[in-house]
Amino acid sequence: MLRAGAVIVMLGVLAAVVGPFLTHVDPTAQNLALRLAGPSWAHPFGLDELGRDILARVLAGARISFLVGLTVVSVSATVGTLLGTIAGYFGGVVDDAIGRVIDVLLAFPGLLLAIALVAVLGPSLGNVLFALTVIGWVGYARLVRGQVLRAREFEYVQAARALGAPTARILWRHVVPTAIPAVVVQSTLGMAAAIIGEAALSFLGLGVQPPTPSWGTMLNGGRAHLLDAPHLTIFPGLAIAVLVLGFNFLGDGLRDFTDPKLKGKS
Amino acid sequence: MTRFLVRRLLLTIPVLLGVATLVFSLIHLVPGDPVQAMLGDSASPQDIADLRGRLGLDKPLWVQYGAFLKGAVRGDLGSSLRTNQTVTSAILERLPATFELAVAAMCVAAAIAIPLGILAAVRAGTRVDYAATTLALVGISVPNFWLGPLLAIVFSIELGWLPVSGRGSAANLVLPALTLGAPLAAVLARMTRASVIEELRELYVLAARAKGVSFARAVLHHAFRNSLIPIVTVFGLQFGAVLTGAVITETIFAWPGVGRLLIQSIAFRDYPLVQGCILLIAVTYVAMNLLTDVAYGLLDPRIRFE
Repeated sequence: MLRAGAVIVMLGVLAAVVGPFLTHVDPTAQNLALRLAGPSWAHPFGLDELGRDILARVLAGARISFLVGLTVVSVSATVGTLLGTIAGYFGGVVDDAIGRVIDVLLAFPGLLLAIALVAVLGPSLGNVLFALTVIGWVGYARLVRGQVLRAREFEYVQAARALGAPTARILWRHVVPTAIPAVVVQSTLGMAAAIIGEAALSFLGLGVQPPTPSWGTMLNGGRAHLLDAPHLTIFPGLAIAVLVLGFNFLGDGLRDFTDPKLKGKS
Repeated sequence: MTRFLVRRLLLTIPVLLGVATLVFSLIHLVPGDPVQAMLGDSASPQDIADLRGRLGLDKPLWVQYGAFLKGAVRGDLGSSLRTNQTVTSAILERLPATFELAVAAMCVAAAIAIPLGILAAVRAGTRVDYAATTLALVGISVPNFWLGPLLAIVFSIELGWLPVSGRGSAANLVLPALTLGAPLAAVLARMTRASVIEELRELYVLAARAKGVSFARAVLHHAFRNSLIPIVTVFGLQFGAVLTGAVITETIFAWPGVGRLLIQSIAFRDYPLVQGCILLIAVTYVAMNLLTDVAYGLLDPRIRFE
């Protein structure tokens, strides 16, 4: 599972990085005479409602997906780790305050808060990144808080404290590293969640705006042509499903690898 | 038990207050003047002033906040800017459709996931298990905004078996329920598998088998029944995912529920209605979590005394 996930993700990275150079087709170039044309040798994934090459747009869309995934995951993981560490290590009022914020954010299921935020801030890539980060850091904070609560009772942490090591050093050298494997697993699964989140918002017309190629926007465009041009829906959706499956395989595999006791659970 | 219930209810109050505060602040997050954004650039100063007065946005923030909380408690969330209908009645009108879809999706999920999870657990470590586990992971990875259109292409357009949109007959419900239920089925199948595997290792299953109980009976009547608590919990907690999924599913299949109402009101910048829909979905989710917790407490006394 780990290997299959790694292969799929590597292929995805490769498609995003070198793919657009290989096709030599501008993903925004229109050919209205051939609009909605099905797959052919010249255009393996066919053309969309404005005669744009779907393969070129899927490859360009991969860049948006990775950009969103990496940005959301790196900011969310950093903020969540920081706040989770503070809450778990210091406890008391700080823990309560952070805990209440987490409770309120978790009261909004899934993407609902992101939908609400983008609805009022306006549809754009920047607002999608912001909205997905607002809902994303919570999972990391909860995870890290739990790990830190455990780690602060370890004997070597107590020994460092007894030796007079500064708090920042104890946290950085002894406490935070214990949470890193769990954060890595969560980040891998978080990539999948962020990619689906961006695509969902774009599908609803709240995310990346045309003509920028995003997989969700492409699926939204395909809705009006399910009857006459299903390829508009099939290929961008397949790209999302395969990449997300890759990250889920990778995340599951990494979890089994870092904590064999969990193998087969969840 | 009463103490547990009271404590759990008291813990919910600050969460609900936080939810209401966040929903209230949404309108103040609109870049620039929210009233101008709602009415558009062509609105006259008089129209803008009228709407500002109607929404109470000309009053101090704390007065607005107080009025919002008071209204929320009484079920008065203002009225739609587009239709003038009260937000509460607009939502209540759509609620049965969303509820119908959510229940159907959860039934679909249970019907697929429980047999699949039990099968994978019984055949743990074999090809059957590997196939079921992979299928579940595929189910989690396929987004419902792709699955929905794919199902529509196959069953409505190619085969012509089912209607592609609308609400009314049972046939209308099939595709939306499958679209919404599939990801939940995947999560539930994984949980069922893990939970049944755990129970199958217990000594009471071995004892039952030693007494001559058939393998099928040992699995279904002993192991599965005991593994139901975590399964029911996950089922309850996944209700939130169903509510969010309904926003997308209802949009795909033109299902006249609260999710579609939310997306339509976003398109028309009908912010009172947007706030109402968000508040309703979040409060329903909190209530479902509370019910799940209480049910868990009832089923497992250890939770009550923690």
